Amino acid sequence: MGILAWITLLPLAGALLTMLVPREEEAIHRGIGLGTTIVTFLASLFILGDFDPAKSGFQLEVDKVWVESLGIHFHLGIDGISLWLVMLTTFLMPVTLLSPQAIGTRNIRVREFVIAMLALEAGMVGAFLALDLFVFYVFWELMLIPMYFIIGIWGGERRLYASIKFVIYTLIGSLLMLVAILYLYAQYHAATGTFSFDYVALSRLTLPYDPQLLCFLAFGLAFATKIPLFPLHTWLPDAHVEAPTGGSVILAGVMLKFGTYGFLRFALPMFPLATQAMAPVVTALAVIGIVFGALMAYVQNDAKKLVAYSSVSHLGFVVLGIMTLGQVAVQGAIYQMLAHGISTGGLFLGVGLLYDRRHTRKLDDFGGLWKKIPIFSACFLVIVLASVGLPGLCGFVGEFLILIGTFNAPAGALFSSPKLLAIISASAVILAAMYLLTMYQKIFFGPLDNPANKDPHVRDIHGRERWVFGFVIVAALVMGIYPQPILARSEKSVAALISGFQERLADAASNPDAPAHLFPNPSAGAAPSAAPANAGNSGKPGPTAP
Amino acid sequence: MNASETLFNLRLIPLLPFLGAAVLILFGRRWKREAVLTVAAAAIGGSALVAFDAFFTRLPAVAEEGGLRDVVWTWMSTGNLSVDLAFRMDALSGLLCLIITFIGFLIHLYSAGYMEHDPDYPRFFAYLNLFCGSMLVLVLGDSMPVMFVGWEGVGLCSYLLIGFWYHETPNADAGKKAFITNRIGDFGFLIGIFLTFQATGTLRFSEITSFATAGSVLTAPAWLGMSNAFWIGTFLFIGAAGKSAQIPLYVWLPDAMAGPTPVSALIHAATMVTAGVYMVARMHAVYVLSPAALAIVALVGAATALFAAVIGFAQNDFKKVLAYSTVSQLGFMFAGVGTANFASGVFHLYTHAFFKAGLFLCAGSIMHAMSGSGDIRKMGGLRKLTPWTHGVFLVCWLAICGVPVFSGFFSKDAIVAGAFATGIFGDDLSWVGPTVGVLLLLAALGTAFYMSRLYFLVFSGPTRADAQTQHHIHESPPSMVGPLVVLAVGAGLGGLVGVPGGLFGHPEWNLLGHTLETAVGPELDVPHNTELLFMAVSTVLALIGIGLAYTFYGGGYRAPAQKFAAAFPGFVQLVRDKFRVDELYGAVIIRPLRKFALALFRVVDRVLIDQILVGGVAALVDVLGRVSRAFQAGDAQRYMAAFAIGAAALVFFATRPTVPSTLKVEVSGTTVSVDASRAGRASPRGLTYAFDFDDDGRPEVVGLKSDARYTYDQAGEHTIRVTVTDPRWHTQSKIKRKIDLSAAGERK
Repeated sequence: MGILAWITLLPLAGALLTMLVPREEEAIHRGIGLGTTIVTFLASLFILGDFDPAKSGFQLEVDKVWVESLGIHFHLGIDGISLWLVMLTTFLMPVTLLSPQAIGTRNIRVREFVIAMLALEAGMVGAFLALDLFVFYVFWELMLIPMYFIIGIWGGERRLYASIKFVIYTLIGSLLMLVAILYLYAQYHAATGTFSFDYVALSRLTLPYDPQLLCFLAFGLAFATKIPLFPLHTWLPDAHVEAPTGGSVILAGVMLKFGTYGFLRFALPMFPLATQAMAPVVTALAVIGIVFGALMAYVQNDAKKLVAYSSVSHLGFVVLGIMTLGQVAVQGAIYQMLAHGISTGGLFLGVGLLYDRRHTRKLDDFGGLWKKIPIFSACFLVIVLASVGLPGLCGFVGEFLILIGTFNAPAGALFSSPKLLAIISASAVILAAMYLLTMYQKIFFGPLDNPANKDPHVRDIHGRERWVFGFVIVAALVMGIYPQPILARSEKSVAALISGFQERLADAASNPDAPAHLFPNPSAGAAPSAAPANAGNSGKPGPTAP
Repeated sequence: MNASETLFNLRLIPLLPFLGAAVLILFGRRWKREAVLTVAAAAIGGSALVAFDAFFTRLPAVAEEGGLRDVVWTWMSTGNLSVDLAFRMDALSGLLCLIITFIGFLIHLYSAGYMEHDPDYPRFFAYLNLFCGSMLVLVLGDSMPVMFVGWEGVGLCSYLLIGFWYHETPNADAGKKAFITNRIGDFGFLIGIFLTFQATGTLRFSEITSFATAGSVLTAPAWLGMSNAFWIGTFLFIGAAGKSAQIPLYVWLPDAMAGPTPVSALIHAATMVTAGVYMVARMHAVYVLSPAALAIVALVGAATALFAAVIGFAQNDFKKVLAYSTVSQLGFMFAGVGTANFASGVFHLYTHAFFKAGLFLCAGSIMHAMSGSGDIRKMGGLRKLTPWTHGVFLVCWLAICGVPVFSGFFSKDAIVAGAFATGIFGDDLSWVGPTVGVLLLLAALGTAFYMSRLYFLVFSGPTRADAQTQHHIHESPPSMVGPLVVLAVGAGLGGLVGVPGGLFGHPEWNLLGHTLETAVGPELDVPHNTELLFMAVSTVLALIGIGLAYTFYGGGYRAPAQKFAAAFPGFVQLVRDKFRVDELYGAVIIRPLRKFALALFRVVDRVLIDQILVGGVAALVDVLGRVSRAFQAGDAQRYMAAFAIGAAALVFFATRPTVPSTLKVEVSGTTVSVDASRAGRASPRGLTYAFDFDDDGRPEVVGLKSDARYTYDQAGEHTIRVTVTDPRWHTQSKIKRKIDLSAAGERK
């Protein structure tokens, strides 16, 4: 079995192992959980070692027939786009499980929590790696279920409301996506006479405009809900506020990225005409989300809600970068996904720690904590600044690349005034400083006058907590100072994706009334890297939609 | 990288302070003060040694070829964008490095005494090291994004150091205000970077400079009839105005005085706040392509210089006076670079670094002596009590007033004379130079006045302090006085490196101008007579200002000062309240923004989206569920009732005579033809049609035919009603239509 199958199945094996240990042995459960995720992380380092940055297509593929009569294969593969998202997942999991606050204040059912987290990791890694749409859908839903339980069992007071809201929101989108997948499956059979769910095969299928649009909307709704794109975001603050720390970290750090990853992997390459038509709408929503999320964050008094709304703003940047479809902006979008995983993951870990110490998240209850817990204050400051987008920390690189890429995108290619969008979005650099520094000040600065904050229980970070924040801070620093190794490994895949997209558009423009057919070249994701690296922003604008 | 570039380990210059900061953050808490100080001072001292070595022994040979360069690694490279983490030292960045490391080192030494009793001693020095490292990245950055790293880094350190005594809310507020105001500027800086990249395809300063020629795309009209160079220059200046506290973004700097005084000296006087001036000088090649952008820089600078000087008249806090003085002096520098006289702006930056750092450190020393209070109303007579501090202050005071031979005299004169002599603005904007010059002369007069007021109120006459404070007044320890004396030497004699060439006819005496020539172009050539004239004028103005201040404040508050305050109480209060600009911003921007965001949250997010949109969908599903549940109750009687109602409805609808959804009407003159048949088919079941044309309720035409014709007596609005009756079931359908004959008639 290939390394990709190993890292997908290892967490499941860990989950099985956990089930065999008696319920009372909580330390062993935690140990298995942490050990499994660490081993998975170490295993994922082998992927990094084996990955060839010069190739644009899928690498290290695993392809086993699963259900032959239906053409379902257990097909996994990795390219420059999924590589770092998988690394982010395998990195964040052990860091989260290392945190004593991961399970939240309802410190119950440790065994089940570990199982849920491990199942979640398997689902996330599998969904990032899946190259068979059926397998993708299975993993996509697989990660939904553990998260439902994590919020619903270990969450706060309104956990049932939040978990049901989360599931219904997500399910509506994903069911439509399933319908679209089945439609593609049928269309592929009609065009070729064979059954296949294979991503590479299905993404060669070129549909006429109308079915493309419907499929784009079906996939897009699933992804937009997950991101979440304005105005589909209202499940997020509820889910985050109620979720235990571990759930929040993984939800914001990794799961939200499935929305943006989905756009990049599926919606854009498979439905180029629809993408072109819908790009103005999606980018407008993204830009609204950037500003709206930031303004909402500015008026929150609950630290977790504030961070949740900041995610809406930050993920808006990612969508903007993706929809620009230029090399620089898409690279920036991928980087922003990783950076947001680190910084927002860190923010939730920090808020979780504060809740553990003070049993409140209301900003007004805090004040002057620097005096009491200086080491944690300094750690949290670094994470806040990473989220603000201070250069030298991870948040800046992605935002900068997205904005400069969007600003310099050719006008009229996908939307009419990229400069205006970039300028509006750039105003979020001011707003981000406003809401995050206000939060920071209310918690850590000012007089230490609330007696509850002087309680001896309010301890500075110690033991494992130091490692948790140490890892996050080192990651944020390294990603801010030396981003090039990451950018270099996604460069070719992104270039191939963009050039593939442009070729598909050109093909559609030259042949507007063609019925569903197969695009002659291999799919965008797997195209040989014929495209020059700078095919993005400086490239010629694509043809307009028919 | 081309072959002519000379490599040198420039990275050491910022790296050493960064390492110092890292070590202090990680271990400093457990160390003794001496160890903390040793590490911090060694870090900045080592950095200074490397910088001086590079500047004096390596740079001169290669200054013409673009200076020294050091590439650490590729920072971000994707698509057509490539940014190296690289440093470059040319004459301009080299000079700034010297200022930063030298004054930085002095201030480290001074802080050892000043912060002696502070429990957060290690944290202070960690921040100070971090600041020096960031500032050095800012000036040494080889490209705009690397400069931006330093730019934001110094902003962060400023935030941390202003709020150093964070347990008092006003300090933390001041830090936040500084950071956010700077971020508004950074927004402009970012847009400037994007525009530059779009126009030139590069972000490296050396490449931008060689790209920026008169025929390039930079001079082509871009938007609203203005050129690319104009927009780049204007947006970058927003960034510069934020960092260097110019109108309208200056409001953070006076509040920044909440930080420890050495910080005010280093960050908020000598180095960080001059970064905007440095940036404009760095981008000089782009700015000279757009006189309009330069005019904005120069006019904003000159206006700020005067405005801040006026506010300085009425402040009663030692550091606040100096803060507004800094804002004003920064305005002078912008006026210098804004009149394309880049070397003069940088010259003033350099002299100001010495005399203003000296003034601030004197303030620190005085406040140290006065038990922490900075209220100049309670000072006086400190000349004898703190003789060393007085001597240093005296030199720096004469320097900032522009008294001949002292450093500020030469640099201020270079700017003022340049403003009148510059030819950059051409014919359209020829008024800009003289306007800027006059504003600057007024500002210079104001400077002499408020600085002399400060001097007299603090040092002359009898002391106004209370007995207990008086008892404590003492000269500061040698660790504080030592750096002060060094700064005083610089403030006194530093101007001699920039004696204008036109003055004695010896251009080679202008060492500084010559050195900078390779980086920012030659200094403006001012004729001998003009030079003399402006030197005379500014000397006279300085003396007038000092004299005026003496009549008001010599030896304490004298009668003229009290009379003036009594005569114009409202005006004096307005100036003392800094023209209430902070209140204006609060009322116009900050509070409305928060209210808007709150309203958006409560109305759009909570109600519109979550309750109506999302809740609406949920409620719809809920209602559908409830309704359909009623039909599934398993109650046979209810099923029968529903069956009966349904059957009756079916019969009713099936037996109604069918009519079209709209009447077909044809009009010719006042005659109308109406057809009530359905889709042109004749009625199969012998229906009766009754046509009422004239709104009287009685049908005019009745019969089995589905069409009818009628002629009206007069034009106007009429309603045609048709009643269709099925004689077998006695069921009826009705249909009507309004017609307007006048309109139809006119159309024909």
